[in-house]
Amino acid sequence: MDQTVFLFDILLPALLQGLIVTLQLIVCSAPFGFALGIAVAVGRQYGHPVISWFCKTFVFLIKGTPLLLLLFILYFGLPSIGITFTAFTASVLGFILCNGAYNAEYIRGALISIKDGQMVAARSLGMTRWQAIKNVILPQALRRAIPGLSNEFIYLIKYSSLAYMLTVVELAGAGKQVATKYFLYTESFAAVGIVYLVLVSVTTIAVNILEKKVAIPGTVRATPAAQL
Amino acid sequence: MDVLPILLDWLPYLLSGIASTLGLVLAALGLGILLGLPMALGQVYGGRPIRWAVGIYVWFFRGLPILVLLFLFWFGIFPAIGLGHYSAFVVGAVVLGLRGAAYQSQIFRGAIQSVGEGQMIAARSLGMSRFTAIHSVILPQAMRIALPGWSNEYPNILTDSAVCYAIGVVELLTITARIVTQTHITIPIYLATAGIFIILNYGGLKLLHRLEARVAIPGFGTGAM
Repeated sequence: MDQTVFLFDILLPALLQGLIVTLQLIVCSAPFGFALGIAVAVGRQYGHPVISWFCKTFVFLIKGTPLLLLLFILYFGLPSIGITFTAFTASVLGFILCNGAYNAEYIRGALISIKDGQMVAARSLGMTRWQAIKNVILPQALRRAIPGLSNEFIYLIKYSSLAYMLTVVELAGAGKQVATKYFLYTESFAAVGIVYLVLVSVTTIAVNILEKKVAIPGTVRATPAAQL
Repeated sequence: MDVLPILLDWLPYLLSGIASTLGLVLAALGLGILLGLPMALGQVYGGRPIRWAVGIYVWFFRGLPILVLLFLFWFGIFPAIGLGHYSAFVVGAVVLGLRGAAYQSQIFRGAIQSVGEGQMIAARSLGMSRFTAIHSVILPQAMRIALPGWSNEYPNILTDSAVCYAIGVVELLTITARIVTQTHITIPIYLATAGIFIILNYGGLKLLHRLEARVAIPGFGTGAM
């Protein structure tokens, strides 16, 4: 078969379809992963000892388990106790849990890096603990967490490919299907790889711009630029 | 449901899966050092073409999902270069290793760069060759600085090794999936495997932290580095 016909009429349309699914997975997971990360980090750092313990255990368990196994539990395991998700939903849930746990570690590190005096000062101004966390601590901590969070976001882009193991035909899956059908493995997966490299590289650049945009001069110490 | 007897029945099978998973991880960590350290040295001390080549390598292997890398090498590159007869285990270990090298090279590079430049100048002024200075002055310090970061690669590679399931490596997750298919017991078996991964994960980290304490030189560096 003609290489250009294969590339433009078969491979690229399939990858475009897959890319759309990959982007859907990411868009559905990232905001909730971010929110979960904040909740778990704040819960662990400032919550009641019981809540703190739960948050700590959650991070411990998720970080210790391969994401693929978590996805298997959600998709193949839960139906046995009557909870059934579509492959897409199960993938998104798995990504949120995984992304949230790792985000929580970065955010917690940033929370710890904010000096205790800030909380004391905020409380002495009459703020409640919650107000102090929300209005004083978090706005500073989240800025410091950007490099770590963006690394995690890039990991999310990459491990979204594991949804294919639950039969979601996203970017890697679309490449696999074309590769298997036409026996053009190297070409197909190389093309898939290039799309991921573009996604990851564009995100890296975007995150570096974001970090500069939200920086408050003088309050955020220089952090190393986000890497892949 | 009596899961424990079933797990005990399958124990030899599970143990072979654990051995396979640990084999993947050890091969990948070993390959990672073997390739990652020269790459780091090349990036710090090499000329422009070497730095450029290492940069491209790192960008490539860190930018691709492990699943795509496994597919690319297992279905594409290995057969294309006439190595199609190698087992999925070998391909999985090589891919994890090549990818690990990309990540580890950056850990080593950071550590080498964190050893002050004055040390190289001082070593050279004492008459050491560049190679002797790197070998006897820079690396003994840099490797100790790199160790905590390098230890963190272990859990990453361990959890990534489960993705080798996708190309049919008979590791712990593959064994688990087979037991689930055979017994139709899902959640307890998956949770047991999750438990095994967690033990391997934190047990391994504990050993690595012990190694860190053992090679530490009193007064040099801190645990926090």
